[in-house]
Amino acid sequence: MTDVVIRAENLSKLYRIGELQLRTTLRESIVAAARGALRPSARRPAETVWALKDVSFEIGRGEVVGIIGRNGAGKSTLLKVLARITEPTSGRAEVRGRVGSLLEVGTGFHSELTGRENIFLSGAILGMRRAEIVRRFDEIVAFAEVERFVDTPVKHYSTGMYLRLAFAVAAHLEPEILLVDEVLAVGDAAFQKKCLGKMGDVSRQGRTVLFVSHNLAAVRYLCPSTLWLEGGGVHLHGPSEAVVREYLESTTAGGTALWTAEAGANDDRRASLLRVAVTDEGGRVAEMVGSDRPFFVEIDYRLADRVEGVRVGYRLQTPDGLVVFTSADTDPDGWGTDRGPGVLRSRCVFPGKLLNGGRYLLSVGCDVPMREILFFHEAVAAFNVQVSGSAGGAIPDGRLGLLRPSLDWSVAPVADTDRGSHARAGELEGDDAARR
Amino acid sequence: MSSADATDAVMVIEPSRGWGVARLRELWVYRELLYFLVWRDVKVRYKQTVLGAAWAILQPLATAAVFTLFFGRLAGIDGDGLPYPLFAYAGLLAWTLFAQGLTQGASSLVGSANLITKVYFPRMVVPVSAVLGGLVDFAVALPILLVMMAHYGRWPGAGLALFPLFVVMAVVASTGVATWLAALNVRYRDVRYVVPFLVQLWLFVTPVIYPASKLAPLLAEWGLPRWLPGLNPMAGVVEGIRWSLFGTGAQSFPVIFASAVTAVFFLVSGTLYFQHVERSFADVV
Repeated sequence: MTDVVIRAENLSKLYRIGELQLRTTLRESIVAAARGALRPSARRPAETVWALKDVSFEIGRGEVVGIIGRNGAGKSTLLKVLARITEPTSGRAEVRGRVGSLLEVGTGFHSELTGRENIFLSGAILGMRRAEIVRRFDEIVAFAEVERFVDTPVKHYSTGMYLRLAFAVAAHLEPEILLVDEVLAVGDAAFQKKCLGKMGDVSRQGRTVLFVSHNLAAVRYLCPSTLWLEGGGVHLHGPSEAVVREYLESTTAGGTALWTAEAGANDDRRASLLRVAVTDEGGRVAEMVGSDRPFFVEIDYRLADRVEGVRVGYRLQTPDGLVVFTSADTDPDGWGTDRGPGVLRSRCVFPGKLLNGGRYLLSVGCDVPMREILFFHEAVAAFNVQVSGSAGGAIPDGRLGLLRPSLDWSVAPVADTDRGSHARAGELEGDDAARR
Repeated sequence: MSSADATDAVMVIEPSRGWGVARLRELWVYRELLYFLVWRDVKVRYKQTVLGAAWAILQPLATAAVFTLFFGRLAGIDGDGLPYPLFAYAGLLAWTLFAQGLTQGASSLVGSANLITKVYFPRMVVPVSAVLGGLVDFAVALPILLVMMAHYGRWPGAGLALFPLFVVMAVVASTGVATWLAALNVRYRDVRYVVPFLVQLWLFVTPVIYPASKLAPLLAEWGLPRWLPGLNPMAGVVEGIRWSLFGTGAQSFPVIFASAVTAVFFLVSGTLYFQHVERSFADVV
């Protein structure tokens, strides 16, 4: 690696949780200081968390690196430190070149302003020069497919249009180093595909990209190498194929059908996941479910306040990272509902006779569709499906595939007349054409 | 855009120490962002309201009308020989520029939490843009002053050349106080409650309603220096603006000089404090 553009040496970041929550007003601060002066021993020790601890790595020019890891592993903090949004507590990093950070879609957008105005505003906030924006304006509008609405306030845009425009601006940034955090997690499939395509373009142009994602398939597809963070430190850094495999193996090995949050989980404070369980019809936690019986996925979570348009769902994956499907508690509609505050349980009935035997992982998330993710826990729970009586279950044939559905079939003899009718129709048409 | 000028410049990220002012240079690099934020604030403010730009005129005008009625007529306060409406409106123009910048600036950082936690830029851009937005309102309300001057037949003399200087002084004072409050507001949300109260009190200690010349006998009686009211930077601004337009209050020069010094002091100290605590904004806000 001759041409290093990012060199991190023992980067560490300490967050004081206690102090932050305890002293938010001047009065409390004064009281705390006074108390501290009078009785030094009475001072409450601030609870601290090392979001990053001695992180060192080197990234060469033009490398596209995925960053994976569980919640609270320090992925976002690392990007924020590299983007200079927050300062490291100790250690240092050298960054060579212009840095662009894309930590959310639509940074700096204002709903009252028109598409045109927002392109300039958001572009400037993301670090583009005015001249640069002018030069690429038509390109941005074309990418977003909003030509007709460019002078309409974005509050009148559909969610899809809004997202396309927001991403289009960000995608036309031309930094040498691009830091991307999970922005692909919002949006519909077509849009995600477009974003992935654009990111592929970016990397082909020889720019360096750091890409934080829970979408392991996307990481494998886009990034030749991957950095796996664990507990604020670098756990593994190497070729994506190998790192992702090891990562999944480690999450699978530990996963059980019941997961409960540790106190002080590193979630968005507005919403936190408390418990995930796979249960059988009797309500018992089930490590093993029969393939012909229904089972249940229970997700308990706390909302600190009323949240508008929120939904909770899960992603079912195989241990090698293939996503079987994603489901949300507002399906089939899919948009969120207004909920909270309080502790809620979203419960999903999973029908029997659908999954094939094997091991499955559940990743659980809570989001406001197309807007923000309140929490996402990668592969928190795991369970096994035992083949028992569904399609072909009576004989021990190993059926390939993820699904093992019982589908309706019919078998009937095909009459001679039916078989010949097609051929005759064709002949007639041919005759017709010849006559004309 | 970290170091926009040099592509291959090495940027070192490490814990900052001391009270460095190296980041000030960056404000210049980010001047386009500053421009866009001012432009956004003004545009949104005028778009969201029914009366739009009329608010910029209505506010000082209505206040001047009320002051004229209660202080000019009922309390019989004399406006340094000026017709009281003209006296009050000129003072209120400068005061509104200052007070609006202070109010908007104080809440600007917390209001921009979304940006601060997602993108890097020198944080000073936020309160500075909030204050500069007030200049647009000032420019909108200024023609009314011309109309009033025509009505009362009071025209400025050579002092007018210094008028822009006093406007700059108001912006400097406003920015200085706003950076202090904005930075404090990130850590102590009490500031939100302090600001309206502060603005109200500050108006009364500023010679907007009354001329500074009224204070002179009182100061002399107590054996205090004549420049003392100038510890309030707005005292000098308001007196200075009236002097540049109408030539009144020439005896207030010590106040004006003192105010110029305090305005700069607020700006320098505010900037230093801001830069000192800036590093933790994204973690705390």
